[in-house]
Amino acid sequence: MAKRIGMEVSIAAAEAVKQANVDVISAYPITPQTHIVEHLAELVANGDLDADFFCVESEHSALSVCVGAAATGARTFTCTSSQGLALMSEITYIASGLRLPIVMIVSNRTLSAPLSIWNDHSDVMSIRDCGWIQFFVENGQESYDHVFAAYRLAEENSVLFPVIINMDGFILSHVIEPIELIEQGKIDQFLPPYQPVHQLHPDHPVTMGAFALPAIFAETKKAQEEALRSSMPKIIETWKAFGDMSGRYYHPVETYQAEDADTLLVTMGSYGETASVAVDKMREAGRSVGLVKIRLWRPFPFDDLKKATLHAKQLVVIDRAISVGACGPVASEVKAALYGNDQRPSVYNFVAGISGRDVTPSDFVKMVDKAEIEIAEGNKEGFEIYGVRG
Amino acid sequence: MTENLNVFAVRTLTQKEYFSPGHRSCQGCAEALAVRLVAKALGRNVIVANATGCMEIVSSPLPYTAWRVPWIHVAFENTAAVASGIESALKVLMRKGRIPRKKIVTVAMGGDGGTADIGLQALSGALERGHNFLYVCTDNEAYMNTGIQRSSATPFGAATTTSPVGRVQMGQITWKKNMPAIAAAHNIPYVATACPSYPIDLVQKVKKAADIEGPAYVHILSVCPTGWRTAPELSIRLGRLAVETGIFPLYEVERGQYRLSVDFPKLKPVKEYLKLQGRFRHLTDEMIAEIEKRVHAEYEQLRAKAGKGS
Ligand SMILES: Cc1ncc(C[n+]2csc(CCOP(=O)(O)OP(=O)(O)O)c2C)c(N)n1
Ligand code: SF4
Ligand SMILES: [Mg+2]
Repeated sequence: MAKRIGMEVSIAAAEAVKQANVDVISAYPITPQTHIVEHLAELVANGDLDADFFCVESEHSALSVCVGAAATGARTFTCTSSQGLALMSEITYIASGLRLPIVMIVSNRTLSAPLSIWNDHSDVMSIRDCGWIQFFVENGQESYDHVFAAYRLAEENSVLFPVIINMDGFILSHVIEPIELIEQGKIDQFLPPYQPVHQLHPDHPVTMGAFALPAIFAETKKAQEEALRSSMPKIIETWKAFGDMSGRYYHPVETYQAEDADTLLVTMGSYGETASVAVDKMREAGRSVGLVKIRLWRPFPFDDLKKATLHAKQLVVIDRAISVGACGPVASEVKAALYGNDQRPSVYNFVAGISGRDVTPSDFVKMVDKAEIEIAEGNKEGFEIYGVRG
Repeated sequence: MTENLNVFAVRTLTQKEYFSPGHRSCQGCAEALAVRLVAKALGRNVIVANATGCMEIVSSPLPYTAWRVPWIHVAFENTAAVASGIESALKVLMRKGRIPRKKIVTVAMGGDGGTADIGLQALSGALERGHNFLYVCTDNEAYMNTGIQRSSATPFGAATTTSPVGRVQMGQITWKKNMPAIAAAHNIPYVATACPSYPIDLVQKVKKAADIEGPAYVHILSVCPTGWRTAPELSIRLGRLAVETGIFPLYEVERGQYRLSVDFPKLKPVKEYLKLQGRFRHLTDEMIAEIEKRVHAEYEQLRAKAGKGS
């Protein structure tokens, strides 16, 4: 087994971008994404990475640069957080509509107001429907690994979608973790240089980004929708190939102690590790509790989620963002996935840990306690923001 | 000289069209003519990034395209950034041997709105970063694509749908933003103004701009009969009057050096230009006098910069 090295997760992510041999990097600094771009700038300045790196004047331009470069046939990278992602949002939809295989790390942070630099998922939820493939990772190793999987998948001819790797700000981005780095030779085999199907070049002129009248718009959107849905087997195949190369296998939905559990916690992102500690505690106390972790947010793995949850009596879905006026976005999706089944678990939804509020294993236990009591009393579709004073 | 050349030498331009006929612009659209001439000047070894606006819409209704060169439209305000990405990708891919080495010109095109207003930040960033690209602003002095709303390049007095003539206010109340000067303030190697009414001058400037290493900016006054409320057959005439009255002087700024392309020791009265246009119909004699005073003062300032001060 390869050696594990202690390093900050942002640095590990930047090292992965280097090992992926990107051609063009364009970004704009925002906390907590900064360490990734700073390290990439250093790698380019030292000649360790042969890429064009430029710090543009806004995130809107950062993604626009990637769009132009990817359309010309380059492997591109950008990363951002929070307000930066909000500023980019217009171009996220276009990158997907143009089917450009850009990879972006979102070091997740909450959206203003009030201004806050701390972690939650409200930034990426604001562009939920932009048509990118979206991963959530749980720890440093997964952050590093997913960069390679993301490029290979994005550039697959039958996929051609941009990919977002959601990596919780601070909770992951700023911690030091043991990371197992993969040898460059293996990466080069797993991820050969990008071979675009179409690219802007005078030898074969193409028009990209034409406008569509209503008579043709719906057809193009349907094509995009179908392509994103049918990328599912490729996603699974890519993770399988990655696993065969690295020994680490990933799946759209992953479970822990879930098979026989009456109550299932459902989480996304770095919550997974904390929640699994809570599950251990509850199991020790003889309770029938397990954990379901959603790794693939788009395309949403409806079937995998059903398979993992339908046997349970109740789900306790922990969201890290609020759709103000509705509920947590993960809970909405989970409910939608279950709706078609006559026998389905109740879904109790907590929004917890917004703006980086610490959520410990005992908080997960408290949430399970509360949900089980509420559901037993007949409140089968509860929604609350956990741990709020006053 | 420029006068005569421009009247008689148009036939010397290439017959090849890279912005092909059949697009959907209005009759007499000098913005489409400007784009056609720019495309002729650039030839086939280019990649064009186009901002949202009339030229994008008239040329690319899916599944058709008027473009015979590689072309991309992304959004309204980011064309200079898209071009930055194209230029950067070409450079890296050639360096890494993934595409053959050859000169490919990266061009960004936007209207006055896409350039002087919403796209100014992206443009400033791209000019400052020193990308090797050409930015062409086709200035028809308003947001025409969305129905003739004012921009910061709309001239004083002009009526648009958002600077209407009302009981207490008469058209645009601000003066046209000096976009070429803003571009020049970035200390880029080449800035020029042009107008399709002077086609040879326009083509020469675009060729020069494309050849120069580093960022270049060409600002083209483009008569829009629909938005200006003018007769379509007057578009060429109006472009010439804009130049002859001193309202839109033709000049170059090469490495900081100003040079007038055509100079008129005696300018025509601005009224000759203004009176042909419905958008200025409401102007009073006082307003016209005010416009003329400012036009003359600015023209003299420009002449002084070009070393021709009187
Ligand atoms: C972010 C954004 N805001 C507004 C618009 C609407 N819009 C499209 S084109 C346009 C005006 C274009 O004006 P200009 O750049 O001068 O080009 P013209 O159509 O006059 O050639 C506007 C306001 C848009 N597409 N995107
Ligand atoms: S509105 Fe004006 S600029 Fe637009 S196509 Fe018509 S004439 Fe040309
Ligand atoms: Mg305009």
